[in-house]
Amino acid sequence: MEERAPNQAIKPPTESKDILRWLKENLFNTWYNALFTCLAVGFLYVIFKGILTWVLTEANWNVIPANLQIFLVGAYPREEIWRVWVVIYTLGILTGLSAGIWGGLALRLALVIGGVGGGIGIILAFFPAPLSSRLGLLGGVVLLAASLFLGRGRKGMRLWVLGGWLLSFPWTMVWLHGFGGLPVVFTSNWGGLLLTLILAAVGIVVSFPLGVLLALGRRSTLPAIKWVSTAYIETVRGVPLVTILFMAQIMVPIFLPDFRIDKILRAMLGITLFSAAYMAENVRGGLQAIPKGQHEAAQALGLNYPLTMLLIILPQALRSVIPAIVGQFISLFKDTSLVAVIGLLDLLGIAKTVIANPDWLGLQAEVYLFAAVVYFVFSYSMSYISQKIEEALEVG
Amino acid sequence: MADLENTSEDSIIICEDVHKWFDDFHVLKGVTTAFKRGEKVVICGPSGSGKSTLIRTINRLEVHQRGRIVVDGIELSDDLRNIERIRQEVGMVFQQFNLFPHLTVLQNVTLSPVWVKKVAKSEAESEALALLERVGIEEHAHKFPAQISGGQQQRVAIARALAMQPKIMLFDEPTSALDPEMINEVLDVMRELAASGMTMLVVTHEMGFAREVADRIIFIDEGAIVEEAVPAAFFDNPQHERTQLFISQTLQH
Repeated sequence: MEERAPNQAIKPPTESKDILRWLKENLFNTWYNALFTCLAVGFLYVIFKGILTWVLTEANWNVIPANLQIFLVGAYPREEIWRVWVVIYTLGILTGLSAGIWGGLALRLALVIGGVGGGIGIILAFFPAPLSSRLGLLGGVVLLAASLFLGRGRKGMRLWVLGGWLLSFPWTMVWLHGFGGLPVVFTSNWGGLLLTLILAAVGIVVSFPLGVLLALGRRSTLPAIKWVSTAYIETVRGVPLVTILFMAQIMVPIFLPDFRIDKILRAMLGITLFSAAYMAENVRGGLQAIPKGQHEAAQALGLNYPLTMLLIILPQALRSVIPAIVGQFISLFKDTSLVAVIGLLDLLGIAKTVIANPDWLGLQAEVYLFAAVVYFVFSYSMSYISQKIEEALEVG
Repeated sequence: MADLENTSEDSIIICEDVHKWFDDFHVLKGVTTAFKRGEKVVICGPSGSGKSTLIRTINRLEVHQRGRIVVDGIELSDDLRNIERIRQEVGMVFQQFNLFPHLTVLQNVTLSPVWVKKVAKSEAESEALALLERVGIEEHAHKFPAQISGGQQQRVAIARALAMQPKIMLFDEPTSALDPEMINEVLDVMRELAASGMTMLVVTHEMGFAREVADRIIFIDEGAIVEEAVPAAFFDNPQHERTQLFISQTLQH
């Protein structure tokens, strides 16, 4: 032991970084822990050996690259796919600009998106994927990075970028559908990951504000608003999403025969209205956690109800329920797969049609595993972003 | 000495037969009094006597169910515009500070001028910094409330209320939630504010402060005013039996 002067501050004991020592201290410190460690390793070996052998040697992965295009965009015509790329590039540029202008969270978000894009590009390199998609994806990542640098420090562009985001959704819909000289692509031809992402994006973007309004409504002192909100939330929460989707597809045409609402639009409505009810309950949980004194202080300062909610209550309430809200976003994203039962060909619907194709008989495992991995990549990205948001807000 | 009978033009707040119930519990049983411009009044009484409720009716955080309250010529009614106008003229300081934890000290102070009075942000910030200097915490302007002590938080709360340039300040037990060594830093700010001529209504158990600063002391028990007098008369020659008991109990410790 080293000697030290009596008044010298003692440093905390340093943690050992030695792997062997860590293993001994944590996994083999008693005879029964050693036993459990061995059992667990054996168990993992058996499982992973099976999976990896299958994935690497037995599985017929040709089914994925051969059908990649319909997995991604469904029956969207081959010669019009450049329009999807334009959408991806537009969103990439907007994300890059936002990251450059705002930094912080937007920057992290952009890095995650760029990372996922780059990652998919790398994975595609292992498959005989068409060169054009790989280059296209690479172009998207480059564009994102370029606009990030372009946007750095340009605060004057804030309003333009916000406006761009607001317009991005209606523009995407019109652009993919076609207008003017562009050939029309009917929504019945939209499919695959494209449809899944559109459904999820609309669901998330619209159900969130709707949920906040419903939560505020349920806590309103005006009885009419309170009852309507409560009745809505409880009714929707009492019904499975599949039922709502079926009702939107079958009942609406019966009750409103004169209205021909687009099938995808009806699915969007169903998903959004369903998710809003759950969102409302999450937000309400956050609202209830805010002490009464915060309302009183805001009132005493002369803030009216909208300002009190917008500036004082919601920022605190939403911050405390970020994990629940993102959980709801993730389950909404996965629930979009239910539209397959009403005949829409989202990622899962496409997977089913591919399996039914006589050319690819008996490849359920490969196709479903691929779909699962795609769902996982997006869900985990959302979860990761939510963790980063929480970390960033912890400072406040 | 306060003229209690003639509550006329120079009264900034008039309460006439104010009643308030919490469900079946009759909290305020016909309170009638008036407060003059620039007057400093300490309201005291046992806990549960209705003293906090009384000052909370003045900016309508509690709604009175009978009687009349007029603040600076505006009668408190269900009319939202009246309430918002009155709240801009009446600042309030709470027992639990109630600072907004997600905003910095400076943002807490500028929030209301910027959003309610539509003052330009830069102007609001320089005024806020001046106020923070006045209450002695300008160096903490960019910290969050959780990063400063209770006494400092309460001084920020005072600065936040003053930022609206109110005509009246209500203090609801401003030192009751503070550690003993922090009470004086808050009372000092209140003394300075009193010297500047602000109309102040203070609910407090700090009898030393009451004797020193108050123009008048109101003693409330069981929802009604039992006695009101200038401090010297109140402490040295209380008229009512319940007042005598209260004073002997408060001054003993």
